[in-house]
Parts: sequence; structure tokens; C-alpha cells
Amino acid sequence: MRDARSELTRPIGVRLWLSGGWLMLLACAAIFAPWIAPQDPLAQDLFLGRMPPFWENGSEAGFWLGTDSLGRDVLSRILYGARLAMIVALVAGTLTCLIGASLGLIAGFYRGWPDRIISRFVDIWMAFPPVLFAILLIAVLGTGLTSIIIAIVIIDWTRFARVIRAEALSQSAMDYVASAQVAGRARFGTMLTEILPNVLPTIVALLTLEMGIAVIVEAILSFVNLSISTDSPTWGGMIAEGRISVHQAWWVLVFPLITLFLTVLSFSQLGEGLKDRFDPVLR
Amino acid sequence: MSGYLNIRNLSVSLRGGGPILRSVTLDVAAGQVHGLVGESGAGKSMIGKAVLGTLPRALQITAGEIWLDGQDLLKLSPGQRRHRIGATTALIPQDPLTALNPSRRIGPQITRRLVDILGWTKAAAEARALELLAEVDIPDPRRVMRTYPHELSGGMRQRILIASAFAAEPKLIIADEPTTALDVTVQKQILRLIAEMQARHGTALLFVTHDLGVVSKVCDSLSVLYAGKIVENARMRRFFMHPIHPYSAALLAATPTYTNPQGSLMPVPESVIETVEQEVTAHDRRWGRR
Amino acid sequence: MALLRAILVRLLTTAITLFGVAVIVFVVIRVVPGNPIAMMLPPGATEADIARLQMQYGFDKSIFEQFTIWLSGVVQGDFGTSISLRQPVSLLVLNRLPATLELSIVALLIAVLIGGTMALVGTRFRDTGAEGAIDMGAGMALSIPDFLWGLVLILLFGVLWPVFHISGRISPSLDIDFTTNFYLFEALFRLRFDVLADLIGHMFMPAVALAIPLAAIIAQLLKQSLKETMHLDYVTLARTKGYAERTVITREALPNAILPTLTLVGVQFTFLIGGTVIIERLFSYEGLGNMAIDAVINRDLPLIQGIVILFALIFTLVNLVVDMMYVVLNPRLRHA
Repeated sequence: MRDARSELTRPIGVRLWLSGGWLMLLACAAIFAPWIAPQDPLAQDLFLGRMPPFWENGSEAGFWLGTDSLGRDVLSRILYGARLAMIVALVAGTLTCLIGASLGLIAGFYRGWPDRIISRFVDIWMAFPPVLFAILLIAVLGTGLTSIIIAIVIIDWTRFARVIRAEALSQSAMDYVASAQVAGRARFGTMLTEILPNVLPTIVALLTLEMGIAVIVEAILSFVNLSISTDSPTWGGMIAEGRISVHQAWWVLVFPLITLFLTVLSFSQLGEGLKDRFDPVLR
Repeated sequence: MSGYLNIRNLSVSLRGGGPILRSVTLDVAAGQVHGLVGESGAGKSMIGKAVLGTLPRALQITAGEIWLDGQDLLKLSPGQRRHRIGATTALIPQDPLTALNPSRRIGPQITRRLVDILGWTKAAAEARALELLAEVDIPDPRRVMRTYPHELSGGMRQRILIASAFAAEPKLIIADEPTTALDVTVQKQILRLIAEMQARHGTALLFVTHDLGVVSKVCDSLSVLYAGKIVENARMRRFFMHPIHPYSAALLAATPTYTNPQGSLMPVPESVIETVEQEVTAHDRRWGRR
Repeated sequence: MALLRAILVRLLTTAITLFGVAVIVFVVIRVVPGNPIAMMLPPGATEADIARLQMQYGFDKSIFEQFTIWLSGVVQGDFGTSISLRQPVSLLVLNRLPATLELSIVALLIAVLIGGTMALVGTRFRDTGAEGAIDMGAGMALSIPDFLWGLVLILLFGVLWPVFHISGRISPSLDIDFTTNFYLFEALFRLRFDVLADLIGHMFMPAVALAIPLAAIIAQLLKQSLKETMHLDYVTLARTKGYAERTVITREALPNAILPTLTLVGVQFTFLIGGTVIIERLFSYEGLGNMAIDAVINRDLPLIQGIVILFALIFTLVNLVVDMMYVVLNPRLRHA
């Protein structure tokens, strides 16, 4: 048993602060977008097309990060885009985690035929190129927020199932599980009280990682024009447009790209940091 | 200074931590076998590692000199030192099961260093390896050269490691508990083999072991290491007739072949050791000057 | 006997996996709303025209019947006819496959080169600031997926310092009469270095984008494996023989440290190949992935099916090759 005090006084770590801070900032942007966005993200004005950001010559007051080819404000679109990104991250991440971790836990703990069936499905899923699978699903389900979330859950549950199954398998082999069994605890109860708490750190780390991946998948789908309706602002959509006009207006690509980059990096760093912090073995 | 290897006041400690070796002084004369005895944890393997330059990264030499053939190794650059060790010294390791590279055939493991470091031709190195393998009683050396380590028994592998150690005619061999990891039946054969090879090639040998019985069979002189400190340096005959340090006496009493056949290690009271400590330090100094 | 049994079991599971993939794709794409046939015909086509084409493509039958017809065709090497491009799927797919294979293999080579170097340098300078820097770099490279690296590269080498082409596979002016679709290997073979340079100029950014995450994984895994190996007795013994640390790492530790890394890298390589789908789109590279996205957008059912099955086949083959390499490189298994 470690001294509880050292646990409390341990520094949380720079990367946890930085990544957590960025994500908080983004959450605020998502919630308060209508109040803090300087412009209407959908308002087009062809006379204001491709205005550079404020420090360059020829910039237009009020359009801090410039405008796209249709004269829409880049900053406002990024702020509104954060809404969709955050919703997808939270909802798709959580649902994927619930379904994937449950299946992994069942496969690893019960073994036998549930394991065989679940593992077979994981094998088949691993043989699909994930991006193509996602695009295919959206083509079937139609575009829209719900479709994106369903597609992410369908594609990525295996990530949780694989890792949690392996962890549950190794946990089940340990003596304390056997002793809980001998003590006459119900199988299902043992799984929830003995196995689940020990795989929880991994689940939490995977969940934050998955949130970052969900944001990326949404951006990729927007990029191939299969996300939400074309005029609602998404980071992926902005990147797709910026990619085309990158030689004429770099800012249309750069700012949403930086936002996306930092967001994905933050989610994964947060996951790694939490894992180090909560892993009973590493602690 | 006489002898091929002279270690003077060598101190090794954990980086930012306590001492492992405290002012160790010992000599290995050319062509002689010197035993280094101590219980596990006394730091005896670290002396060999300090000479060979393979101390773990957590340890560092804080003071002392290691003279090899009239040259202080610690004054050389790491590259020069490595080359000098490679050309004049060899190691017979403790565990033959882990000391051969599992992904390489036996032949190259013996010949490569002759070619790479000593500049032999490939044919000469191979002839030499075959000769040595025959000398350590390996049946069908030509076939064994083409096998992988996992195909051979522990005893065979230790023979190969001995052949490999003698291949370049080194002036000094450090044998680090070479029989500990082997079956009791094989231990005797290997011990006899090392003694024979040493006598035939006239190599100086530093024999590290925890077994005084083994030392009595093969060594000309010995050092006793206790808690990182040499408590006694002696010729064999003098040591067995009149051990100076109480730890040496306890060690002798625990050795079945000599004083009593049951042989159990009698604990040395801390107080006794402390009172003798100063006497031993003085003894060390005498040795250092000699 | 045990080996034969293992091979048979392996082949059987591979077949089941491929069958599963086929069934899922087949079912999923037949739920697609919208009539693919209607999209093929010019406006004003009559109901009779649509019905006739539907019959031609077999869409009037039940899903189960369609599947058996399709499967019996596949067994004979017939993957059907593309609706949007009106050519045999097998022909279209085989024409595009070399481009994707070349891209994946070049990316793999880059990843092994960068990742391997980082692992070796990190091991040589272990427990120093250099190792810390490599760990940090690898950690970051790993957090960011290939899609974003591709965009970053476009900004760096396409806009800021435009040295590489940001789209396509080859400049039209240099499109010599290739006899195969392996442009890179053919240019090399025919010693057309101008063409080779142009091909590399096009391939550089997509390949590097795909390689970065894999390089990071190789760096981390191999370095860990090397560091563990460096503590082993035979490595220490090699050191006493007078070899430099560099030689000890590459010659004694590396061959034994590669094995544990290999299996994981195999799985990661299939992820890399999966990544070509979006990377090819991003760089307008004319490979399988780019064609697949077009096929989905055009609702070209036979083509989607063919491409997905091909990807699944490649993935299972990669895993098979990795397992075989594991046996070949491990003397213990080779002689068992």
C-alpha cells in the first residue's frame, strides 16, 4: 500500500494541464458559440471573399481569421464547428465505449462460445479498411449527425472489445477472482465487482482516445462531403474547401487544421496521462 | 608491481547512492589462478565487471586504479580501453544458457571476434575454432559450428564458451561463477576443463565464486570479499592454515571438505567484524604497498 | 503434423473471415436507398428501361439469390461489372491495385527506415535527453492520424516550400507508355530516372503521411525490445570482446529484438494500407482507395464489393506473410 499523501501531492503533469485546458476552451467555444462568434457562420458575402487574417494587408475588420471563398468568417465557423465536434466526440465516444467494452468484458470473462462469436466478429471487422467502411455506412445511412455517430460506433467498437477482452482474460486468471468465485459470488457479480474496476483505467484511457478518433472520423467524412448538410460549419468541411484553395487562401485550411490537430493531440495526451495516473500497476 | 592484473583501492558506488565496492585491492599474477570468494551480494561479480568495463549503468567507479599489464585502464579513453580488453582479456560467463546469441550459429560466435577485432583471416579463425572445440572435448566440432545454441545442452554450451574464451590466447580470463548454473555432475567436468585449459595455455585466471571448495581445488591464491570490502588476500596454503579475518574463518568452517563435513555457516557477530575492521584496513595497506 | 494442422486451421479461419466480409458488404450495400440503375440512365428513361437493366444486373432477385450468383462468379474470378464505369470489376481493380501497393510498400519502407533509426539512436543514447526527445516525438507522431499529417505536409511542402507535387501520381507530360501499372518499379527497371524522380515527387507526401504513425510505433516497440535485450548476457559478452556499443546494438541485440516487434508491426501495416483510402483521396492519387470512394458516391455496388473484398484479402495475406517471417527469422521455430 502506497502512502495516500504522495498520491495527492503528485504533480498532475504539464501535458494533462495543457490538453485538459485546450479541451475546456473548446467546450466553452462549443457552448457559447452563438454569443462569442463575431459573425454569422453561414452569412455569405461574395464581396468579402478570401479576406486574409487581421495581421495581413487587405484584411477586413471583424473577420479576425479571414474569410473563405464565399466570404464566410473562418473564426465563427471554427467556433460553430466545435459544437459538432464536441457532440460527436462525447456521444459517439461514449456509445462506442459502452458497447465495445461490454462485449470485450463478456468475451474475456465468460470465454467459451460468447468469446468465440465476439472474436470472430472482431476478426472480420479487422479485415475492413475502416475509412472505406465508414464512408460505405454513411452512404447507406444517409448524411446527418445520427448517421455519423452510428457509423463510428459500428466501426470502432472492436478497438475497445479487443483491448478489454485481453485485459479481462488476464485478470480472470488471477487468484483473487478465483477466490471470489469460491466465496460463492454470482458470475455476473464477480465480473462487475472484481474485473471491471481493474480494467476501468484502460477503459477511461481508450475512451478519451476514442473521442479524438471520433472527431477525426467526422472530419474525414466531412472532407469527402458525406457528413452533415453541406452548409453547416464543420472542421472537415472547412479543411476540404481549404485544401482546394490552399494556394490562394492558406488561412482557410490552416486555422481549422490547427484546431483539429490540437484537439486530437489533446484527447490522446489526456488519455495517456490519465492511464499513467490511474493504472494501479504503474502507480 | 608484480602480476598481470593489479586492482588498487577500487571503489564503486550506485550513482547518487551507497557504495558497492569499498577500496578493493587485489592482484592476479601472470599464469596464476586467483580465487575471488564471497557470498552472493558481496559485490564479487562487480569487480570482474569493473575490469571488463561492463558495469551496469546505475553504477560508477568513484576511485582507484585497474592496472592491466602495466597500464591503468581507467586512464584510457573508453574506445582504447574497450579495444585493449578485447585483445587481451576474455570472460567465461555464469549462465551458458543466456550467454550465447540465440539467433546466430555457434561458428561465427567464436570466429567473428578473431576476424573483426584481431584481424585474423576467416580461414585461420575457423581452423582455430575447430581446434579449440576439439580441445574442450566437443564431439564432431564441424557439425557443432553450424548449430544454433538452442540445439545444445547447458554443459556443451559452457564448453563452447570456454573454447571461445581461450580462442584468442588472452593473457587474462575472468570466470564469473562458471559452474553455478550447471548440474552438479557437469560442474566437476567443467571445473576440471577450466583448470586443464588454464594450465595448458598459461593464462592468468580470476575465478569468481561463492564456493570455497572450488577455490581450494583450482586456485593458487585468493581474496575474500565481504560486504564490498576485501577482508583477506592470501596464498592458498596460508589461508587454509591461518585465516586472519573472522569472516574467513567462518567461511572456512562452513566448507564441508575442510574442517567439518556437515559444514554450516557460523554467523559472525557484527561487533567482532567491527573490531577487526581496522586491523584489516592496515592489512590492505600492507598489500597495497607490497 | 502439428504444422500442417496449424496451416489448415489458419486457411479455414481466413476463408471464414473473407466470407464474413463478403456477406456484410453484400447486405449493407443492398440496404442503400436510391436506385443505382436509375442513376446510370439518362433522364427520361422509361420504367421498362430501368427494369431491363435491373434484370441485367440481377437486382430483381432476392438478396440471397444475388449473393449465391455473385459468389459463384467470384469463385471463377468474375466479380461482376461496374455500373458507373461499365467495365469488369476485376479488370478495373487490378489496374488500380499496383498504384496502391506501390504507395503502401514505399510508405512501409519509409516507416521502417525512420522508426528503425529512431529506435537504434534511442538505444545507443538511452537514459539521456536524446532518448527523451525521441519518446516525445514518437508519442506525438502516434497521436495524430495519417489524414492530418497529410494536410500538414501539404502546407509544408506544397505551399510553404513547394518542392513536391500535391496531387496525382505522375505528371501528364512524363506519362511514358508503361507496360505494367507498377510505374515506380518499371521506371526503375527501365532506368528512366527523370520519370522516377517525378513519381517520387508525387508519392513523397502521401507515403510520408502514411509512414509517420507506423514509424512512431516501430520506434517505440523496437527501442523497448532493444533495451531489454541490451541487459542480456550474450550482449555483455560481446561487449567484453572489444566491440563498440554501436556494433553490439546492431549486430547482437537487433536480430533478437526484431522478432517481438514484427507481429505488431504486421497488424499496424494493415492499418497503413487501410489509411491509403483517405490519403489517396487527399492527394488525388489514382489508387484503389480513391476509386472506392467514387464507387460509394456513385452507388456502384459491384465495384464497392470487389474493392472491399480485395482489401480484406490483402489484410489477411499481410498477416500470413508476417507469421511466416516470424517462423523464418526465429531459429528455434525453423528447426522445430
